Amino acid sequence: MPREPKRMAAFPVDRNDADLIRGAHPRHWKNPEPDGRYNLVVIGAGPAGLTAARDAASLGAKVALIERGLIGGACVNVGGVPSKTIIRTARLYADMRDAESFGGDPPKPIRVDFERAMLRMRQIRQRISRAESAANLVGHGIDLYFGEARFGGPDTVLVDGKTLRFTKALVATGAHASGPEIPGLAEAGYLDNGTMFNLTSCPPRLLVIGGGPLGCETAQAFCLLGAKVILAQSDPMFLPGEERDAAQILSDALAREGVEVRLNTEVVAVRTENGGKIADLMRDGDRTTISVDEIITGVGRSPNVDGLGLEEAGVAYDANGITVDDYLRTTNPHVYAAGDVCLEYKFTHTAEATARIVVRNALFRGREKLSELVVPWCTYTDPEIAHVGLYPLEARRDGIPVKTYTVLMHDVARAVMDGEEEGFVKIHVREGSDRILGATVVASHAGEMINAVTLAIKSGMGLHALADVIHPFPTQAQGIKMAGDAYRRTRFTSLRRRLAARWLAWSRR
Amino acid sequence: MPKTELGTLSDDELVDSYQRAAFNYFLENVNPDNGLVADTSRPNSPCSIAVVGFALSCYPIGVERGWMERDAAARLTLAALRFFRNSTQGSGHDVTGHKGFYYHFLDMQTGLRVWRCELSMVDTALLIAGVLVAGAYFSGDNDEEAEIRHLAEALYRRVDWQWAQGSSPTLRQGWKPRSGFLHYGWEGYNEATILYVLSMASPDRPTSNDSYEAWTATYQWENIYGHDVLYGGPLFMHQFSHAWIDFAGIRDAFMREKNSDYFENSRRSTYLHRDYARHNPYGFDGYGENLWGLSAGDGPGGFRASVQRRRHRFSGYAARGAPFGPDDGTIAPWSYPASLPFAPDICLAALRHLGERYPEVVDNFRLPSGFNPTLAKRREFGRNGWISEGYYGLDQGITVMMIENHRSRLVWDLMRSNPHIRRGLDRAGFTGGWLSQPAPSTQGARDAA
Repeated sequence: MPREPKRMAAFPVDRNDADLIRGAHPRHWKNPEPDGRYNLVVIGAGPAGLTAARDAASLGAKVALIERGLIGGACVNVGGVPSKTIIRTARLYADMRDAESFGGDPPKPIRVDFERAMLRMRQIRQRISRAESAANLVGHGIDLYFGEARFGGPDTVLVDGKTLRFTKALVATGAHASGPEIPGLAEAGYLDNGTMFNLTSCPPRLLVIGGGPLGCETAQAFCLLGAKVILAQSDPMFLPGEERDAAQILSDALAREGVEVRLNTEVVAVRTENGGKIADLMRDGDRTTISVDEIITGVGRSPNVDGLGLEEAGVAYDANGITVDDYLRTTNPHVYAAGDVCLEYKFTHTAEATARIVVRNALFRGREKLSELVVPWCTYTDPEIAHVGLYPLEARRDGIPVKTYTVLMHDVARAVMDGEEEGFVKIHVREGSDRILGATVVASHAGEMINAVTLAIKSGMGLHALADVIHPFPTQAQGIKMAGDAYRRTRFTSLRRRLAARWLAWSRR
Repeated sequence: MPKTELGTLSDDELVDSYQRAAFNYFLENVNPDNGLVADTSRPNSPCSIAVVGFALSCYPIGVERGWMERDAAARLTLAALRFFRNSTQGSGHDVTGHKGFYYHFLDMQTGLRVWRCELSMVDTALLIAGVLVAGAYFSGDNDEEAEIRHLAEALYRRVDWQWAQGSSPTLRQGWKPRSGFLHYGWEGYNEATILYVLSMASPDRPTSNDSYEAWTATYQWENIYGHDVLYGGPLFMHQFSHAWIDFAGIRDAFMREKNSDYFENSRRSTYLHRDYARHNPYGFDGYGENLWGLSAGDGPGGFRASVQRRRHRFSGYAARGAPFGPDDGTIAPWSYPASLPFAPDICLAALRHLGERYPEVVDNFRLPSGFNPTLAKRREFGRNGWISEGYYGLDQGITVMMIENHRSRLVWDLMRSNPHIRRGLDRAGFTGGWLSQPAPSTQGARDAA
C-alpha cells in the first residue's frame, strides 16, 4: 500500500532555519546582569519592540529588550516575510501559465516545485532576519534578555530569575493565530500562519477558512502553486470593510485562477475519514460536504497577554488586547503598549509607527496620538488591494459629503504594457474641495502606488496639487496623478471655459 | 431576422415591433388559471414573482396599444391577485409566502415555493409595484375592476416591511425558513429604490424612518471616464425602479447634495456603459460604440477558456457590470430598450446595430437575455457565438415598460397618481419636480387613499 508523503516538517526544517535560530535566539545566550534602573524595558522583540528598543538606544536611553522566542516576531518568522516570498513564486507560475499573453511561449508541462519555493522562502527569511540578530542588537547598546517576561509590580519586570527595574516599560508582545471554534477542527488538525510555512509538499486539495486578507492571499498563492483550493467565507464578500468594487475584482480574479469561491458559507463541522479531512459547509441553511487534504485557517488573531503578570502592574486588558489611550499609555501610566497586542489593525508598519510614538511619549514627554496616524494597508493578492484614510461609507456616516475620482488601470499606459490592467485608483475627496479623505488602489503594485496618496494626506496636499507632481512616463503610479487630472478637469467650469476662450480669442488679435 | 425589414422601419415602428414582441411573452407564458407567469420560456420554468409584477404592469400597456382586450387583461390580473390573496402564508414548508412577502420562485400550477428558494424582498417589491399599477389602471366601475383595486390595496397593505428590516435599519434581501434572514451584501446603489419607497409608505407596517437614509449612506458618488455618477455596476440597477417611478426632476437628500437626479444618473450610467465598451479593456469581440450593456442575465456557463491568448472565466446567470466587472464578453441586448427613456439616441443606434450586425440574435424582434460574440466558433458554439436559449420574463417586462414610458409615459403617469408611491417618495425625502404638483385624481387613487 503506497504511503502518503509526509507534507509537514517541524521547525527548523533545514539549515536556513537553523541559521535563523542561531541569529534570532542563540542557543547558549547568556542574559546580561541588570545594572540599575532602565529608561525603557521592552517586552517582545517583534517589529514594535525592535523599533522602540533601537530608537530609544540610539537616543542614549538605557534599554532592555526581552524575547521569549525568536527575534523578529510574527512578521519575519510566520507573517509578511514568508508569505510574500511565497506569493512571488506563485506569481512566477501564474506568469508562466500566462506566457502567451506576454508574447512568450509557456513551458510545457509546467511542473510546480513546491519544495524549491519553500526553500527559497526559508533562505530569504533567514537573510532578512540577519538584520535583527541578537549580536546586532547588543551592538546597538541594547541589553537583550531571552526568557519569559513577567511584571513583578508596577515598575519591575522579572525574567530568567532577574529583576529589571524601569522608569517606563513597553509591552509589545504581539498576537498569535487563534483558530476558529469549529467542532472537530482541532481534532482533525489544521494549519495557520504559524505552521503553514513548514509544509514540505503542496496539499492537492485545500480548504481555506476565512476570506480576509490572510485567507485570500493564502488561497490564491496555493492555487497558483497547484493546489485545488476551496475558499470559504462567512460574509457575502471578501475583505469585509474594503470597498465593494475592490472585493468584487478580487473575487473575479480568484475565480478566474481556479479558486472555488464559497461566499456566505460557514464551515460548521470537520472530521477525518480515510486519512482525508471532511468539512461540512453551510450556506443559507443548505449543507454541502467536501473532502480535502489540508485545512488552513486565515481568521482570528488574539493578543499575547497571558503570563505577563499584567494584573501585578495594574495594566488592564480584555479579549481585544491591552487597553491603551490615544497616547498608547496603559492603565499604568508608566507602562505603554504598541503593535498587535493593543491595536485593531495588526500590521507590521502600524506596530513600528506606534513604537515610535511610544518612544517619544514615554521617554520625552511627547503628546503624539495614535488617532493622528495616517495608516495605509495592503492585501497582497494579485491584484493587490491597498487603502489609506477614510472609506466613503465612513465619511458619509460622519456627515462628510464625499466624491470619488476613479481611474481605471486599463487607462494607465504602463499597466496595459505590463498586462496588469486589472483594477483602479479611487481617491476620495471632500465634495466641493480637493481635500483627500482617503484612497483605495486595486492594482498589481497597489502597495507601492498607495504611498503617494499617504504622503499627500500626511502633508496636507490636495488632489489638485497631486496633478502637478510629475511622474516618469510610463509608470503605473501615474494612475494616482491621473486621478488628480480628473479632478482638475471637473474644475473647468463653463464660466472658466468661457473666460479662457475669450482671453485666447483676444490673444489672437 | 431579415436585415431589409429593419432598415425600412422608422424609429417608432422599430420600438413598436420590439415592444409588441416582448409583450407577447406574457400572453404565451402565463397560466390563466392563477395568473402566474413563467420566469423563462424554457420548458418547466417555474414562476418568478417579479415577472408577475412586470406582467401586471404590461397588461394595461397591451390594452392601450390594442394588443389585448381590456376585460382579458382584467381577467388575467384578477387571476393573479386572487391567487396571491388566497395563497398560503407561513413560516413552514409548502407555502407561497410569509409575512406578506413571497418566495422568489413558485410552481406554475400549485403556486408553492420551489427550489428551496428565498423569500425575496426586492422581488416582492417588484410584484407589488405591478399590483399597484393594476390598481391604478383598472379604474372602471364594474365588479371585476373594483375587485382588482380592492385586492391590490389588500396585498400591498399586508406586507410586513418592518419585519424585513431584521435588526438593522436597512432591509434584508431574503429570508429562508431554516436559516432566517440572508446576509447578502446590500451595499451601494442598486435597483432597490422601489423597495424602499413601497416599504416606507406602508400604512400598517412601514420600515423605520431611518431605513432609506441608512441605505443611501452606502452610496458612492464617483467620477468615472469623466462622468459624475452614483455608481451601480450592472445596468439593470439603473432601470428597474425607473420602470415604475419617473425620477426626472425629483431629488432626495443625496441627489440634492450632488445637484443631480436619478433619471440623469441613469442617463450618465448608460453612457458610461457605452464608454466602457469603447475602452473594451479585455478585447471582447464586437464591443464598441453600438454594442454595449452589461447587466444581470444569462451567460454561456461556468468555464475558463483562453480566447486570443487571453484567459477568461465565463459565467452562467450572473450580474455583470461596468467598469469594474465582472465582464466575460456577454452583452444583455435588452439593455437598449430598458435605457431608451434615458438615452434614446444611443439606445436606438445600438438596437439598429444589433439587428443589422447580429440578426441571428434577434428572433422576430424578441431579445434574448444575453449573447456572447467572443465565443463565436469556439467550444460548441456556432458562428454567432453563444446566444441565450429562450427568453426571460424580466427582460421582456422591462422592455415593454421602458419603451412605453418613452413613448407615452403611461406607467409613470399611473404611478404618479398613486398615493402610496407619492407618500413613499415623500418619506424618503424626495422633493421638487412633479412631486410639488398635486396628484391627478384617479379612481385607483380614490380607492387607495
